[in-house]
This record gives sequence, structure tokens and C-alpha cells, in this order.
Amino acid sequence: MIVADKKPMEEIIEQVKDYRKLLIAGCNECVTVCEAGGKKEVGILASALRMYFMNQGIKADIDEITLERQCDHEYLEEIRNNIDKYDAVLSLACGVGVQFLAEKYLSTPVYPGVNTCFMGVTEERGVWSERCQGCGQCLLGKTAGICPISRCAKRVMNGPCGGSSNGSCEINKELDCAWQLIITRLKELGRLDDYETLMPIKDWSTERAGGPRKVVREDVRQ
Amino acid sequence: MNYPNSIRIVRMPCTGKVDVLHMLRAFEKGADGVYIVGCMEGDCRFNNGNLRARKRVEQARRILNAVGVEGERIEMFNLSSGEGPRFAEIATEMTERVMALGPNPLKEGKKKMAA
Repeated sequence: MIVADKKPMEEIIEQVKDYRKLLIAGCNECVTVCEAGGKKEVGILASALRMYFMNQGIKADIDEITLERQCDHEYLEEIRNNIDKYDAVLSLACGVGVQFLAEKYLSTPVYPGVNTCFMGVTEERGVWSERCQGCGQCLLGKTAGICPISRCAKRVMNGPCGGSSNGSCEINKELDCAWQLIITRLKELGRLDDYETLMPIKDWSTERAGGPRKVVREDVRQ
Repeated sequence: MNYPNSIRIVRMPCTGKVDVLHMLRAFEKGADGVYIVGCMEGDCRFNNGNLRARKRVEQARRILNAVGVEGERIEMFNLSSGEGPRFAEIATEMTERVMALGPNPLKEGKKKMAA
């Protein structure tokens, strides 16, 4: 899932303090799972902003909605008939949702309510960590299911660097060395010979180095 | 055993059921202070309900501070069901704290809005 973190309340207030009719739009997908922008967070933020405006003696209307997704046309269409009622929208979706909402409703300012962080997993409730950088050419089959792109600080492709020590990365002792994990797992799988195979130079053009990316699938396109 | 009659008790099955939103809504609706009374830490029938409640109280306090309502107006207490006198003591302590802080500042804001 896409992992996001809540923006500080002060930053959110600064963004929306001049508006009087505000829609807070949550998203029922990734940001709900990582407890940053789901229905509950929308309710809490709406209550907090109502109190902020009330405290300032300002009358403000703050409505709440949580869409199934903000990264698909069909769900964003649900607010088409109401969007003009609002001075601004505060979207608690990831950066993708915020942008898609802004693209769709050109005359309404849209503000982000979360900081979008990475694609990752829930290690335990309250702890999320990165697992994928969307490099566009998945090599997990060669690395025993552990990604050296997203989990190695240097993104090296052929074994650990000199900073690997007792299974930890030099940038942080709490951080596992991805290559140590890969070698251990290859050993467990009886595939240590794979480690001897030199990886070819990676084509980074399918990653961000090649500019904004697009997937076009003619087989499913309408 | 007496405690201040300004206290309104809301019964919950466990403090773990108390949500941040419940606490915020109480202030939004004009409560001058809110405190959560849970079982002793380590004695929760549902293992960690009171520990979760404490974290939620802390979260609510941070939000209240950010929107200009004094965070001291919210507090979490732990005591066992046999400690009636302590319950009364806490009620008095919170009442005195809230009296010193004065009314919920949102009430003043509401008056301004109405004017």
C-alpha cells in the first residue's frame, strides 16, 4: 500500500485558515489502513478544525466525506454535484488522490492533509516500512524476494557494500542490510549459487530517471 | 463520599472503547474538561484497553493544544473499582484544575460568532 503520515495540525490550519466552506475528503484505501486519512481521521480533523474556527470566533462550515478511492474517476465523480459549494477541499488521500482531485475540479483549490511517504508494509500496528520504489523492472525473482532497490540505502546490485556490519546498515544499526537478508535467504532456499551470478547494469530509465511514467495496456484499454 | 456535582459520568464498557473523536466532540459541544478513568495499568480485562486510552488522551491533548484549547483540560487517571475515595479525590482535583483554567474558550468563540 501507499504509506502516508499525518501532517502536523498547525500546518493544516495554516493551509486552510482563510476558507469558510471546507470539504475534508478521506480515502478508503491505503491511507485508511495506515491510519492517516480514512473516515476516522477525517472525523478527527473536522472536529479539530471546527474547534479552531470556533475559537477564533469564525463561522465555518466543515463537511466530511470519505471516498472509496481518490485515484479513480468513478469515485471522484461522487462529489461533482457538491464540489462548487466549497471554497476548498482538504484531501487526506495520498499525493496521487490529491492530484487527481485537483485535475478533475479545476476551480476548487485542493490541499493535502497528509505527507505521502512510500510504498510499504504494516510491520505492526503503528509501524510501516518501505518495500518498493516502483523501479519498473522487478528483480525480486533474482534476490530471493528481498528488494535491494528499496531496502538498501545505496541501491547496490551485487552484494553488500563495505558499510554492512553484523547484518546492519551503516546508516542506522536498526536497519537491516538488505544484501545480508538476501544472502541469508538464498542460503536457506539452497540457491546461493545465484549470488555468484553478476547482475547486468540496471536500466534506470524505467525508474524516475526516465521522467514521469505511464503504463498503457492496449489489451484492456477502451 | 462526595464529589463535585459538576461532573457528568459517561459509562463505557472499557476505556479502550473511548475514541479521540469522543473526547474532541465533548469539547466541541462545550465541555470545560474531560477526564478518563480507567482500571489500573496491567489490570485491564481486555489486556490493553486502558493503555490505548492513555495514548488517545495524549493524542487528543496534542490536537486541543494545536487548536487553542488548553491541553490540561483533558487527563487520564487509573484506579481500581474499590477506590471510591480516590475517585472523589480525582473529581475534585480535575474540577479545581478546570475552575482555575476558566470556561472552555470555545464558548467565548461561539458568542462572537453569534454576535
